[in-house]
Amino acid sequence: MSSPLGDAFFGLLARDAIGLWRRRGEVLNPVLFALMVATLFPLALGPEAARLARVASGVSWVIVLLASLLSLDVLFRSDVEDGSLDAMRVSQQPLAVLVAGKILLHWLATAVPLIVLSPIIALALGMPRIGVSTLVLALLLATPQISVFGACAAALTASLHRSGILLSLIVLPLAVPALIFGAGAVETVLVGGNPAQPLFLLAAGGILAVAFGPLVCASALRMSAS
Amino acid sequence: MTPPRYAVASSVGLRQKTSQSRRWCFFVGTSDKTNESQSLLTLRVHGRRAFRLARMSGLKYRRLKPSAEPGTTSVLSMRQSPRTAPPPLIEVRQLCFSRSDEPIFGPMAFALEAGEVLLVEGANGSGKTTLLRVLAGLLELGEDAGEILREGVAAAESQQALAFLGHASGLKLDLSPRENLRFTTRLGGLRAGASIHAALLSVGLDGFEDTPMRYLSAGQRKRAALAGILSAPVALWLLDEPYANLDQEGHVLVDRLLETHAARGGAAIITSHGMTSPAIRGIRRLRMECHHE
Repeated sequence: MSSPLGDAFFGLLARDAIGLWRRRGEVLNPVLFALMVATLFPLALGPEAARLARVASGVSWVIVLLASLLSLDVLFRSDVEDGSLDAMRVSQQPLAVLVAGKILLHWLATAVPLIVLSPIIALALGMPRIGVSTLVLALLLATPQISVFGACAAALTASLHRSGILLSLIVLPLAVPALIFGAGAVETVLVGGNPAQPLFLLAAGGILAVAFGPLVCASALRMSAS
Repeated sequence: MTPPRYAVASSVGLRQKTSQSRRWCFFVGTSDKTNESQSLLTLRVHGRRAFRLARMSGLKYRRLKPSAEPGTTSVLSMRQSPRTAPPPLIEVRQLCFSRSDEPIFGPMAFALEAGEVLLVEGANGSGKTTLLRVLAGLLELGEDAGEILREGVAAAESQQALAFLGHASGLKLDLSPRENLRFTTRLGGLRAGASIHAALLSVGLDGFEDTPMRYLSAGQRKRAALAGILSAPVALWLLDEPYANLDQEGHVLVDRLLETHAARGGAAIITSHGMTSPAIRGIRRLRMECHHE
């Protein structure tokens, strides 16, 4: 008699949350990385406010995208190495649901702090205040699919000893639509337009990714483990 | 625990009232020694119908010589016929496995009934771990690679869970044994009558329940993993090198856990590279040979 699915799902969330809490220094890495890159731009481009303001929204997007790649590498590798992926596969629970739990936790731990940080980065770089709410909304819609694509790539490379650049090579092309529509939405607002169309497209992409991503991710894990 | 709704009949008795009488007493018992007074079901029948009933029950029966004295028992029957015996917990037929056209093991065939422990022996590289991973369903079988039956059902369709312990323990180093087991039991369930605390005590981890696994020795980590297996509500254990990293006391512990599990109606397949010899009564052995020349 195996336990109910909800029990397994929340058990996994609880276990990984405790693990993240014990390694909370690592969780902060993407946030520190984002802050660091944001301070480098004014140094490189010069302190001229008008020039910075023009690139602020685009730079914020690229920073968030790159920072969210940082912690992907270990998403499944530790489970493959310590055998807990085997335990999940041997249990009679659907792997896709458990994987969805892991992706959710990754999003909460990596993307949410970056979303919280993003208005500060954008305003510090001189983006007009009118674009901030759209930036946050677009990030809320775009980051789930970035996490899902990232998880699929992490699953494919989980059995490699180090994935290195391979992971980024797989994820970045997949994340390009989210980047284009997300940055596009913010630009539209800044020139006084209505950002509804890019935001709807982002939402559609997000729903598609969240609905099918865990299934793809689970079969990628099965494939790379055997 | 609630009492079972029905008992499994394992014997049928036929008792002639007297050596002259054509009246028989037909009764069903749960053990070979069942007599009429402990019978689950008793029918008083006449003549041949008694034998027909006994045949229909599907259990093999045998009528002994009628006793000389009228009025005493003559009977009886017993022994389960293979037709109604429960299917083995796991059975493999013509199983072989190859990785990119290089044969790893097989073909092999064996069946494991409840209460049995099978020791898979072989040198390093003979495919013991691969065999266990195949049996656990972690490695896909190719075409024509034989079949695995779990309680008579193809393994891929089987709803029966199993417990698997590989080289990696499946436990997180950042968490304590108790936290790890809490996840294991939420994932796979907890055996009736078991508790995380009792499982940790029985593998000798008292005092280390809340120490992060990172600070435990390899042998203690193995014990924590065994506690997870012990609390799983499954009949079939697949343990890869359960003796590795354990001290002398640990070997005895594994033997005892396996014996208890077998006595409870479970079965286990364990591997060993031959340095340790388990002291388990009635253990079966399977030798694996290296394929490459």
